[in-house]
Amino acid sequence: MSTVPTIDYEKIKGVHKVPLEELYTSGHRTCQGCESATTMRGFIKVAGPRTVVTGSTGCMYVANTSYLTTPWIVPWMHTQLGAGGSSAVGMAAGLRALKRKGKIKDEKINVINFSGDLGAGDMGIGGISAALQSDYDLLIIMYDNESAANTDIQATGLTTYGAQTTFTPPGTKHPIMQRRWKKNVAGMLAVGHRTCRYVATACATYPPTDYLNKVQKALNIGGPTFIHTYDPCPKGWDYHPRFSHDLGELGIKSGLYPLYEVVDGQVIYTYDARKSGKGRIPVKDFLTKQGRFDHLKEEHFTYIQKMVDEQWDEWEIPGVAPIKGILKARI
Amino acid sequence: MSVAVAKAKSDQSDVYEREELLNGCQAVAHGVRLADVDVIAAYPIRPYTEVMDALSKLIADGQFDAEYIIADSEHSQFEIVKHASSVNARAFGGSSGTGWMYGMEALVVTATDRLPPLFVVGNRALDDPGAFGVEHNDAMAVRDMGWLLCWVTTPQEALEHVLIGYRIAEDKRVRMPMGLAMDGAFLTHSQHMVKVPSPEAAKKFLPQYDLAERRLHPDNPISVAPQINEDWVMELRRQNWEAAKRARGVIKEAYKEFNDVFGERYSAPYYFEEFMTDDAEVVLIGIGTVAAPARTAVRRLREKGQKVGYVNLRWFRPFPTVELRECLSRFKAVGVVDRDFAHGSPDNGGILMHEIRSCLYPAKQRPAIVNFMGGLGGRDLSIADAQKMYDITQQAAKKDSMDGFVTWIGLRE
Repeated sequence: MSTVPTIDYEKIKGVHKVPLEELYTSGHRTCQGCESATTMRGFIKVAGPRTVVTGSTGCMYVANTSYLTTPWIVPWMHTQLGAGGSSAVGMAAGLRALKRKGKIKDEKINVINFSGDLGAGDMGIGGISAALQSDYDLLIIMYDNESAANTDIQATGLTTYGAQTTFTPPGTKHPIMQRRWKKNVAGMLAVGHRTCRYVATACATYPPTDYLNKVQKALNIGGPTFIHTYDPCPKGWDYHPRFSHDLGELGIKSGLYPLYEVVDGQVIYTYDARKSGKGRIPVKDFLTKQGRFDHLKEEHFTYIQKMVDEQWDEWEIPGVAPIKGILKARI
Repeated sequence: MSVAVAKAKSDQSDVYEREELLNGCQAVAHGVRLADVDVIAAYPIRPYTEVMDALSKLIADGQFDAEYIIADSEHSQFEIVKHASSVNARAFGGSSGTGWMYGMEALVVTATDRLPPLFVVGNRALDDPGAFGVEHNDAMAVRDMGWLLCWVTTPQEALEHVLIGYRIAEDKRVRMPMGLAMDGAFLTHSQHMVKVPSPEAAKKFLPQYDLAERRLHPDNPISVAPQINEDWVMELRRQNWEAAKRARGVIKEAYKEFNDVFGERYSAPYYFEEFMTDDAEVVLIGIGTVAAPARTAVRRLREKGQKVGYVNLRWFRPFPTVELRECLSRFKAVGVVDRDFAHGSPDNGGILMHEIRSCLYPAKQRPAIVNFMGGLGGRDLSIADAQKMYDITQQAAKKDSMDGFVTWIGLRE
């Protein structure tokens, strides 16, 4: 029997109700059209000033926090590439102990880590898994621009199949070097950590305010939480910076990026890409707008479309868990 | 000063609350309890693990209040400790051998972030092949990174150096991570009677941790470790360098304050201790538990009229250059015992020997130096081995030639 989970949080109803206060301000040097900067600006608007943040190594460390020009109004600290989860645990544990022992005022202080797909999805996934097993109040946001964007765009475990990166250049012998299917990080973390109450995927700008409300929910539900954001990257994906928001929306509508929340074991589709729901546009409509897929041939589009159709039409929990069902026959 | 000492001595009846049979690991656990540590991160590897076993039991039984986190790897363990320390919580971690190396990235940034948690290292040989026994290369791997690094030789010292270690590391003039090393098995797992200080005495000695203007808290919105590149790295390295220099003075202060509370436990120059060296012509110098067979050998050789002594080096970082130079240049020959290796190094010897030769270079009167590689991988260094090392060092005192001055002790050839 399903029960509808409830979260006590202040819902942001529309873009005009987004908090005006900026806690991530000038001083950074992110690229024009950087969606991750919007992701960053958004989470701290919602979290507010009683927050401590760690930023794992990645483009959003290097581009954001140049010495003597920090854009952060809240306390912020660098952490190592694979230390997203452990940095949040360390801060949350320290603050909890100090509050309990009466060494600092007992108040709610949000603890947030911001890691990229290379840091969170590959190197740091063990530490994030451990963080989600803990009972500390913390939020880990994985900003996924599908590459190691700081080191000149290398493929990670989350790069879309077929994409050109500096580690996966199309060649005469191997037209497709990126042959790994995108790692399902949010789904894996949701199904693997039973006591973690909130895992979500989001996009900073689509649907509007959805991401901000997901951050609100994650910070208010209690315990460790995780949000995976899809962040189009003009430099890495090779498109004009003005299309960042559009590409996020197209990625979601194509069904490549499933948008959902898992709250207390319940899946809520934010954008229901099932045929019975809102449906989906052809993946080609998303892929052909990016230079990184210029070398793809029809057979590759067909393969990607087949994989996407399968995840929505054949999985027991579409878009979330790659289980097609229970075999009746023994093998 | 004399007044303070006299006063301390008069209260000494209550500075220790009980005497207990503890091994090195258990003694460290009590040190951590008495330091009122806020956050502990644990991950298992022999031989240091028993520290964490003992701490979890103290917490389970309500004898100690701290956050106890079971990490998923040493890298996470050390990062948890680092970040707990950054929000002004006193934090504790530890490891051994390859575990220590697995978390090396985190150990380096803890030092460059100038955070002062304490880590215990139960020294263990590095893989491959797997071996549980002691070697010092694990802890020594952080020697150039801006760490405080000291070795203890008894469980009593181990307990006390948790308090002394935090006192030095957290000092505003220092703020460096503290590595408290002890020989695997020979100290981690050998039991001694330990006088356990009272919480009041520990509190009297060890002030509260205060990272002050560098603590990460909403009331103090700072950015820590932003990207810096070629603009400022040299200046920051220089700050680390200066802190390591200043630490030498703070170490002395800390031991004096410790003595004020607990009685004359340690004597100057604190960084090392000399045994029967007053009229000695030849000494051995070593790190860790090799002190036990060496001191016994000294007593036996003294009975035969030989003028030998032993120097136990406690502090390796910062290196007590001036004091050790002054000490060692009194002797005709010095035998350096290395429980570590430095393959391909200038003299094909051990790490400690190279440090000591460098330290003695400016001395007006330099003793002859010989080097012993011994006890690697936990092999026993016996009293007979120590006597053999004294023999070789005494011969070196008589001749000028430096031929074959590195000897592997106890090696099957």
